[in-house]
Amino acid sequence: MAQHQVNYAASGGLPVALTTVDKLVNWGRTNSLWVLTYGLACCAIEMMASGASRYDFDRFGVIFRASPRQADVMIVAGTLTKKHAEFIRRLYDQMAEPKWVISMGSCANTGGMFNTYATVQGVDRVIPVDIYLPGCAPRPETLQYAVMLLQKQIRKRSIFQKPKPKRLV
Amino acid sequence: MRPYRPKDNLQAKAYYNDRFWVAPRIPEEPVEDPVFAADLASLQEHYPIQRAYIQRGQLVIHIDAKENKEVLRYLKEELGYDVLSELSAIDYLAQDGEFEIFYQLLSLEKAKRIRVKCRIKEHEAIESVESIFRSADWSEREMYDMFGIKVNNHPNLKRILMPDDWVGHPLRKTYPLHGDEAAQWYEVDKIFGKEYRDIIGPEQRDAAFVDPNDTCNFARIKHEVPRCADPNSEPIRIEKFNDDAPFVETFDLKKAKIVNRDR
Ligand code: SF4
Repeated sequence: MAQHQVNYAASGGLPVALTTVDKLVNWGRTNSLWVLTYGLACCAIEMMASGASRYDFDRFGVIFRASPRQADVMIVAGTLTKKHAEFIRRLYDQMAEPKWVISMGSCANTGGMFNTYATVQGVDRVIPVDIYLPGCAPRPETLQYAVMLLQKQIRKRSIFQKPKPKRLV
Repeated sequence: MRPYRPKDNLQAKAYYNDRFWVAPRIPEEPVEDPVFAADLASLQEHYPIQRAYIQRGQLVIHIDAKENKEVLRYLKEELGYDVLSELSAIDYLAQDGEFEIFYQLLSLEKAKRIRVKCRIKEHEAIESVESIFRSADWSEREMYDMFGIKVNNHPNLKRILMPDDWVGHPLRKTYPLHGDEAAQWYEVDKIFGKEYRDIIGPEQRDAAFVDPNDTCNFARIKHEVPRCADPNSEPIRIEKFNDDAPFVETFDLKKAKIVNRDR
């Protein structure tokens, strides 16, 4: 049997890593952002494309879940009608803390081209939004960039800080 | 077709003003087609037909609204028009104080389409044709939802598209495009309650709106001042980039040529 002599101190290979609790927790949070699929209109097609093999959202630890109770992020992809507003709020309330919202596309940001009586003029009238993603529809790369920005935003915050109050609780 | 207008400076104009274009009416032709002529003669024996003409190869007949069910039954059972493909209304309240209700029928056997039209006053009800054509069920609910036209003897007359507690009937010409007050605050009132209106604020409907005095949120093209500075202060002029980027050449405006793109 071969005898291995590992000099941990010399090669920097000490099997101990020093870090802060912040970094550890945020590492866990940022790399497994499970998202609630919220496809409401055409933007959902781009969201599905980001999840499929070509753009491969799994690389970021993003996995689509169909239940709000297992999700950390809500990607609102599409036109929110006034009839549906109450349900988006209910699903948002059912998500466990910490939770984030990405508003994807012009429709979710501002109502977009649907300047009519039946469309909510921006999801931020109903739920708090962390990232606004412009475009109609935004390409999958843009959605991935938004997720990366969100990861950056999460990494910056200490877990001991009280979260900043959002506009709508 | 709309007449063509050059759209070169559309970016400079914030508002598009070619909106209220009125389409020309499709010409009405006499009923000469032998199949339609036979059907029309057969109908006229039983029911009074107010007007009949051909539009784009389809027979259009105007009938009395009280006879809508009998006429449709006759058309289905005797003349073979067995598909009701569409049913709805048109708001002529401002012109005539009436709604026009139309039924679009198709005969698969004859490969012909026929349109039955009738008119009712604003507060009158129309008889349901759901017992003849099942497809009329949802169409009549939609007509009730969008115009507020009551349908007698309908099995389940309630709103189909808008929420049940919606106020007003959106397809009426008097309904504002951006919604009345109840519509504009619908989601806020429903989720948070009326006291939240002040916190959330009114809807921002004008996407092309630029406030030239608000330099924190808007940049004024060709007169860009530093962020949040006085709007009338001296605009920023970048004379040279080369100080912090040694390989970038400064763009000389005098040498620039503006290409005039003719389309
Ligand atoms: S932003 Fe554009 S692509 Fe996205 S839902 Fe709205 S209309 Fe569709």
